[in-house]
Formats: sequence, C-alpha cells, structure tokens
Amino acid sequence: MTLLETDGEKLLAAVRDLLAAKSLVSNAEIAERIAITDAANPGQGARMVAKAWTDAAYRARMLQDGTQAAEELGIPMRGAPPLGVLENTDAVHHLVVCTLCSCYPRAVLGYPPFWFKSAAYRARGVRDPRGLIAEWGTVLPAGVTIRVVDSTADYRWMVLPRRPAGTEGWDEQRLAAIVREGDMIGVTVPVAAAQ
Amino acid sequence: MDKDVPRAHHDLGGVSKFMCEPVDVEPHALTDFDKEVDALRQVLGMKRVMTVDELRRGIEAIPEADYHRLSYYRRWMRSIADNLLVKGVITEAELRAALERI
Amino acid sequence: MMFAAGATVRVKDDWPETRGPVHIRTPHYLRGLQGTVVRQLGTYPNPEDLAFARPPAQRALYHVTFDQPAVWEEGSAGDQLLVEIYEHWLEPA
Repeated sequence: MTLLETDGEKLLAAVRDLLAAKSLVSNAEIAERIAITDAANPGQGARMVAKAWTDAAYRARMLQDGTQAAEELGIPMRGAPPLGVLENTDAVHHLVVCTLCSCYPRAVLGYPPFWFKSAAYRARGVRDPRGLIAEWGTVLPAGVTIRVVDSTADYRWMVLPRRPAGTEGWDEQRLAAIVREGDMIGVTVPVAAAQ
Repeated sequence: MDKDVPRAHHDLGGVSKFMCEPVDVEPHALTDFDKEVDALRQVLGMKRVMTVDELRRGIEAIPEADYHRLSYYRRWMRSIADNLLVKGVITEAELRAALERI
Repeated sequence: MMFAAGATVRVKDDWPETRGPVHIRTPHYLRGLQGTVVRQLGTYPNPEDLAFARPPAQRALYHVTFDQPAVWEEGSAGDQLLVEIYEHWLEPA
C-alpha cells in the first residue's frame, strides 16, 4: 500500500500533527474555520430569495450582482467566489450541477448536500435533468424548458425560484421559511404549504 | 452510449454508467472528519500553501477505482497529503514517522 | 479572444488529457460543439496553470449556452446547458 492509500482519518491526524509542529496550521485555526463554515446555511439564501420576492429593486440588484446582494443582507462574502443568481420564470427552470467536482454556492447555502456531490447527480444533471429532478418528485409544468447550469469555473450559482401561489401578503420572514436548499439549486420548487 | 472520446474519469457529465443510478436524496450529516478536512483545505488556501485548483488536480489524479470507492472527503484528504508532499511542505519520511506516532 | 454577447462559438475539439497530466475545466461532452455566448463573466487566473503552481495566465471567462438535446442526441426540445468556458477554449463558429 502506498503512503497516499493510508486511511484518511490516519492521514488527517498525521498531517495535522506535522503542520502544527511546523507552526503552519494550528488546531485553533482549524477549529475557528469549522465554526465559521458551520455558520453558513441555506437560511441565508432563503432570506435573499424572500427579499427578492418582495422588493423588485433588490431582485434586480441580486440578478446583477449576487455577491453584493448577499453582503447587503449581512452575509459574509469576503474571499468567496463571485455569486451568480439565475431567475426561474414561467418559461425557464434552472438546475445547478458541477459535473467536474462539486462547486456549490457555499457562502449563501452552506456545505453542499451529499446528493449534489454524488456521481449519479453529476452525471445525470446535464443529460437527463427531468429524470433527475423527478427523484425529488419535481415535475415541471408543460411548456417550461430547463436550463442546466454546469458550474465549471470561478462563479458559484444559485437559483431564484418562482414565488409560489398562496403566499400573497406574506412578510419576508414567512416567505423565507418556505424556501429550502433544493429550491435554490433547482431540484425542487417552493410551495406555500412546506415548512 | 458514451461519447467516444478520451474522457478523464472525473469528467462525469452524461456518463452512461451512472444514468440509471438513483440519487440518494437523504441528508447525510457531515462527520467531524469531514469538517476538519474541509476546514484544513480552507486554511491551507488562505495561507497560500495550496489552492483549490491544486486540490482538484490531486483528486483527479486518484486512480479511477479508488476515486469512486473513496468518500468525498477521503478524496480531499488524499489530495491534500499528495499536494503537501509534492510541494515539499512535508516529506515522506516525516509523514511515515507521524503515522507511526498516532 | 473577445466574444460579444450573442456570438456563435465552437468549443475546441482538443484533448490535452491525451498529452500528459492536466487540469481542464472544459467538460468532455462539449468539445467540438457549437454554442452561443450569453455574456463575459470577468477575467480570472487560468486554473490549468494554478493546478500545477505555474504563474497563471489571465483568461476571460464566458457564459455559453448549448442546445441540450443536440449534445446527447436525446432530450426535450428547448432545453439548454449553460456552462462557463474560458476564452482559450472557444473559437468563432
């Protein structure tokens, strides 16, 4: 067995020990980074969506520059890749995938879910998007085309889903509560009844 | 049918072998190992020791069978170790010694 | 190379993977295919260089749409792929 084939947990422990001994990376730095990364979660993206649904000027800014729109809501974006936001309409539904690895809008949605990183998702997204989203029970209305977004480079992409019927008069907080992680990747669409 | 082209094995778009594979849509919580590897990669990036591009290159260099067998963050860890060795940040002798001690 | 929004482009039918260790961000399924530029997304250091710790060339990045059924010879009419492609992988079609 080669050195690189060593069990990952052992490699991690050994590498951490070496990097700490060389004063390159401390345990405190790793712990701090975990805490910061843990703070990012889909609720942040949901707040952006809810605001876009209720504030046309914010929606326009969000589509123009997702990074700035996120920062407006206090979401830390320094050092994060540029964020692009793609708007679903009554004619087009977007689906985000990274066929080459797992590029995901982490700064606004948190860690990518297990399914997003899977070979099945990465392979099927660009070739059978309708079959893929059917795994979540998602069926698009007739006449809606799909635009599959393969995140191959420096941008990270999130979807601005359509505001569902039955939410008239809801405030931003109530709207944000029905926007799920999958809605902002395109595997599902928000519904008024979801909690 | 796959396109008859010299595809790298990580380049998975449309690959026939996976077209009938169901997607596990359940949420799977990250383990402590996962989070530590993720954080380590970020810190190494912030300190300009290793870029995300180098991480990806290292993952893509994992032989095909291992690539699919290893979990996501175990691929990362293998690539991180590979890059640190290639860049001379750590030596093989140091790594072997450190592995003995744990 | 500069491409305007709306320009018809072709992804180079090139396979650097066959010539040695590389890190390529142009998916295999697009090589040699025709698409339409949506817009330029900025200029970025070439990941093909960064991956091997070479000083990176700055490359313009484009968002390009492709007719999805044409890529696979199957699919639903009107569906599209939207993919980030670096300028050096594109040529006028």
